[in-house]
Amino acid sequence: MSNQIIVVVEHLKGNIEDITFEMLGKGKEIAGATGGELVALLLGNGADGLAGQLGAADKVIYVDDANLAEYNPQAYCKAVTQIVQANSPKMVLIGNTSMGMDIAGGVSVDANLPFIAYASGIANDGSSVTSSLYGGKMNVDSTPSGDGCIVSVIAGSFPADAGKADGSPSVENATVDVSGLSVTFKQLIEPEGGDVDITQQEILVSVGRGIQSDENLPMAEELAAKLGGAISCSRPIVDSKWLAKTRQVGKSGLKVKPKLYLALGISGAPEHIEGMKDADLIIAVNTDPKAPIFDYAHYGVVQDLFDFIPALSGKL
Amino acid sequence: MNIIVPIKQVPDLVEELEINADGTDLDREWLKMKLNEFDDHALEEALLMKDESGANVTAIALDGDDIDKALYAAAAKGADRLVKVTGATGNSTHQAAKALANAIQGMDYDLVMTGVQSVDDRDGQLAVILAHYLGNSHVSVVTGVQASGGSVTVQKEYGAGMVAEFEAATPVVLGIQAARETPRYVPVAKVRRAQKSSTIEEVAAGDAAADAGSTVSKMYKPETGAGAEMIDGSAEDQAAKVIEILTQKGVK
Ligand SMILES: Cc1cc2nc3c(=O)[nH]c(=O)nc-3n(C[C@H](O)[C@H](O)[C@H](O)COP(=O)(O)OP(=O)(O)OC[C@H]3O[C@@H](n4cnc5c(N)ncnc54)[C@H](O)[C@@H]3O)c2cc1C
Ligand SMILES: Nc1ncnc2c1ncn2[C@@H]1O[C@H](COP(=O)(O)O)[C@@H](O)[C@H]1O
Repeated sequence: MSNQIIVVVEHLKGNIEDITFEMLGKGKEIAGATGGELVALLLGNGADGLAGQLGAADKVIYVDDANLAEYNPQAYCKAVTQIVQANSPKMVLIGNTSMGMDIAGGVSVDANLPFIAYASGIANDGSSVTSSLYGGKMNVDSTPSGDGCIVSVIAGSFPADAGKADGSPSVENATVDVSGLSVTFKQLIEPEGGDVDITQQEILVSVGRGIQSDENLPMAEELAAKLGGAISCSRPIVDSKWLAKTRQVGKSGLKVKPKLYLALGISGAPEHIEGMKDADLIIAVNTDPKAPIFDYAHYGVVQDLFDFIPALSGKL
Repeated sequence: MNIIVPIKQVPDLVEELEINADGTDLDREWLKMKLNEFDDHALEEALLMKDESGANVTAIALDGDDIDKALYAAAAKGADRLVKVTGATGNSTHQAAKALANAIQGMDYDLVMTGVQSVDDRDGQLAVILAHYLGNSHVSVVTGVQASGGSVTVQKEYGAGMVAEFEAATPVVLGIQAARETPRYVPVAKVRRAQKSSTIEEVAAGDAAADAGSTVSKMYKPETGAGAEMIDGSAEDQAAKVIEILTQKGVK
């Protein structure tokens, strides 16, 4: 095993995603504490220009291949596995993101390494990883057995600023075999616009599964109107087609930072928290006093939203 | 087209979760279990494909509490075949994936569609791990599947509403995030009828040696309420206090 900490760089349309900087920041702490080398693994085709933003790393390993021109689950799995096998790192950090969820488990099988997912904390000596499980209701600390392990990191767990540094880390070009793909990239489909842009709203009244039915939405809409804000929601509301995708806050929806985020009947799963935890003022209403949303809210109201909404609306 | 849908029971998070005596896992004795919500979506997407073009849908699960009920519910919704894998505990994702891979290897399949994740997969999401044990390719976080000949077109969700489209040759393993339609509802009476009219085939897990590769030292509840100041009283009192806070913070 080497003393390397490898961070798999996530980029889309020429932009490095924040999760990369979050992992580089954390990786730097681990590398510092263990006397290790922090390596950013960049995969792409003509993407070496991005290396200049990876100054937090001691070294960038860059793989250039036509099959890596766009993100491809199979190609990324193959490439990361081969780089990991060639370098035997102490730890590999991969985002617990849409892309990372395709990669980490596959590499753990092919490179035969332990895998700890949903990391929200990592001990600086790398000996223990905290996973956020059960919708954020339980934390689990685990210790990887043996040498080397793969950790997938929940976005927003570590500050991105700590991993943002321009500079010119040394770039090592590597080649891997990513031929023989049975999955091919077709196209990127941009989100539809048109509706209210919730990222620009100062006040968001956000509803979750606690609202129970689309027939109850007008009640929340009326409250939003009285507060001078807009309505947003958690994922199940969009999956039920009660509100448009453009209203979804979270990992696969939008990241918002309003002056007020009023969460009504939202449990606070990590995928939702990712999208709203930086709001200036978070007030959460939930019948369950143990709901994880209360870990992130500034004010908590344990109450039935069907009693609370009319009460608040009545006073506005 | 043969579609296999692995399904799994998970603890219902609406209930209180208690930690066991040695502090490393949930106290499972009184846990109320329910079907992983993403499995409902995976099954729905498979059934939509069956409705469109006549696919054959198999629901498969590792043996465990309440699993027969979940399998019969799948049959009531339209699954053609029910399989239960016996003799594997599946207490890590890697082990569950290995046991499922052993069973699926002997079956005729084009697509395996799992739920994208569940609330307790500490060693990772099963779809990609299963794919690698099977030697198949995979795509996860999928929100739509269209079949044509020997391949499928899938939509995969990134963040901020961005979607990527991929074409994958079959067989392929997909982790389903959401079906195109809201999962269908099935009344209890219909599940009871399915229980009478369908059979669950049992398959032995075989050698499912695989583990998470890590050991749990501690399970604990995050500091609930650490950040939030709790507002007590009746709904009216609480609303009045919220107005006060909004005024004080200059939001209202
Ligand atoms: C890859 C991936 C991406 C995802 N992306 C997102 C995302 O972008 N955004 C997102 O939100 N989720 C996302 N999710 C889903 C996420 O994991 C949760 O399933 C989801 O956030 C739960 O939504 P919820 O809180 O509304 O529902 P639940 O978790 O079911 O919570 C409902 C809450 O309402 C409370 N409640 C019930 N009745 C009442 C009442 N009468 N009054 C007050 N409170 C009540 C309950 O106590 C409970 O806490 C994603 C999941 C995956 C796997
Ligand atoms: N024990 C199991 N039996 C059947 N399917 C499972 C099992 N464990 C996981 N799965 C499948 O994998 C999906 C994701 O689970 P996981 O990644 O283990 O949380 C589930 O939604 C199921 O489709």
